[in-house]
Amino acid sequence: MRRGLDHKLVHWGKRNLFPNIAQSMISILMLIIGCGLLYLIMNWFLINAVWKGDSSACREASGACLSFIREKYLYILFGVYPREHLWRPIVGLILWIIFWFHFTKKKNWNKSLLLKFPTLFFIYYFLLSGGWGLSPVENHLWGGLPLTILLSTVGILVSYPLGILLALGRRSKSKLLSYPVVCYIELIRGVPLISILFMSSVMLPLFLPNDLNIDKLFRAQVAIILFSAAYFAEVVRGGLQSLPPGQEEAAKALGLNYLQTQMYVILPQALVQVIPPTVNTMIGMFKDTSLVIVIALFDLMGTAKSSLTDASWLGFSIEAYIFVALIYFIICFFMGRFSQQVEYEFKLSKERS
Amino acid sequence: MIKVTKLNKWFDDFHVLKNINLSIQKGERVVVCGPSGSGKSTLIRCMNYLEEFQEGSVAIEGKSILDSLEEIEKIRQDVGMVFQHFNLFPHLTILENLTLAPTLVRNISKDDAKTKAMEYLSKVKISSEANKYPNQISGGQKQRVAIARSLCMNPKVMLFDEPTSALDPEMVKEVLEVMTDLAKEGMTMICVTHEMGFAREVADRIIFMDHGEIIADLPPDQFFDRPDNPRLKEFLSQIL
Ligand SMILES: Nc1ncnc2c1ncn2[C@@H]1O[C@H](COP(=O)(O)OP(=O)(O)OP(=O)(O)O)[C@@H](O)[C@H]1O
Ligand SMILES: [Mg+2]
Repeated sequence: MRRGLDHKLVHWGKRNLFPNIAQSMISILMLIIGCGLLYLIMNWFLINAVWKGDSSACREASGACLSFIREKYLYILFGVYPREHLWRPIVGLILWIIFWFHFTKKKNWNKSLLLKFPTLFFIYYFLLSGGWGLSPVENHLWGGLPLTILLSTVGILVSYPLGILLALGRRSKSKLLSYPVVCYIELIRGVPLISILFMSSVMLPLFLPNDLNIDKLFRAQVAIILFSAAYFAEVVRGGLQSLPPGQEEAAKALGLNYLQTQMYVILPQALVQVIPPTVNTMIGMFKDTSLVIVIALFDLMGTAKSSLTDASWLGFSIEAYIFVALIYFIICFFMGRFSQQVEYEFKLSKERS
Repeated sequence: MIKVTKLNKWFDDFHVLKNINLSIQKGERVVVCGPSGSGKSTLIRCMNYLEEFQEGSVAIEGKSILDSLEEIEKIRQDVGMVFQHFNLFPHLTILENLTLAPTLVRNISKDDAKTKAMEYLSKVKISSEANKYPNQISGGQKQRVAIARSLCMNPKVMLFDEPTSALDPEMVKEVLEVMTDLAKEGMTMICVTHEMGFAREVADRIIFMDHGEIIADLPPDQFFDRPDNPRLKEFLSQIL
């Protein structure tokens, strides 16, 4: 058995790594580089890392300062949320994780999600903000991962349907409807999110009467929604255009009205067609929420950045950024996995009927 | 049943339909033929307003389409249409394809719609495929499903746009058989087709179109045996 396995391995290596001289040179080079990198990372992250001890111990060592993370992880994850109420965002995040596993099971994909998703959102919001028996926590104290999750889930929940409406509007025969939609989409796509955030937080208050004080978080959320709706609209439009016109004609010929045609015939096909770019946009949007740092909201990125300003722990930015990068990566990874799963489930034969 | 009066249609400045007058009685079977690009599809697509037109009128059972654009869906519900490329909904099963419109627009209960759908499926001889998806069945089967889908709406008239021309030759027959059965039951039918055997057997009238005009409108025997128009003669000599 062992010999057989060895043999197979050798065979595989011969075929894939060393089929000829040029390929072999590249393979050897890549192996050397790979091992070198692995060695450096292990060295930094494990062997020379400081697990315990204060910042001076960290500065003497050449490895990662993991005690910085131990010291700051609560702050990076939850910002200045009152420590005595920390269970609330934690429960909220756990609920999202449970929902995620529920959501990614195919047997749960039905209309009840339309109810579950908003319900979960309201529970989450209630946990963060308090009221009805929970002591209130004002939203300028929210921060870290819960804030990132809030901005991105609400963002997706609202901007995706909005994007669908915009896409339908853009394809409308009525110029009165399609022109403004085209203008909106092109305008938004031509402007960076960061400037929309600035506008919403700096310029909008200048135009509004003084006593009308809409809170900053809300304005940032609206900016994010308006921004990503334009992107979703274009993604969905791609899906709509990929359908043969016969589909709409057949639905019309059966006597379905516009709304029924879109709801039951066009959108179910079009949205499935564009799952990969849709999830792509969602991932992009999730990461883009980190830009709210420019209007002094402390989302995950913001707390990481401000954790670096602690005078007794200066200079550990690499550790902090790798820590948040890992969190972003894990979440994006699962979103990407989900995209592949959905695509697989809905795999429609290329052949059109 | 269907009355087309002085119908004119342009695609930009291309005059596709030129002053078409046509009247079809209840129970009549009309075959429309003519060279490619002569406007056959456009004409029958005007009859359920899948295609807009600029001049003239089309009336279904005395109701002018242009006067009732607000409830154009109502008219379309009574006018079945079968397409060259079937246009089944690939995301729905065969059965769901058949029950979608009746449940949505006729307010029939799901169960009743299913029972009726199964009836029509067995009529077109594919009830065994009810739970398959459209891309799992053959072209001939697809077209029969498409016919059944239209029939589920209890249409007063059926429009066919070259229902067999996208099919492999061995499947043409099964679709024509279904259409012939339908004709025998007295369904009002307008068929664009080049199946001249079918036309001779089933049609009450055959209409020949060329360059957007109706050149001839004759009963089959006269159409095939005593064509009186040079363009029609030429067309017949090409396809027979
Ligand atoms: N959407 C459109 N825009 C512009 N021209 C069109 C359009 N649809 C059809 N035409 C033109 O109108 C003419 C008539 O088209 P139509 O489809 O009615 O012909 P047909 O008789 O059905 O031909 P075929 O046998 O090829 O189906 C053709 O010359 C075609 O090129
Ligand atoms: Mg045609």
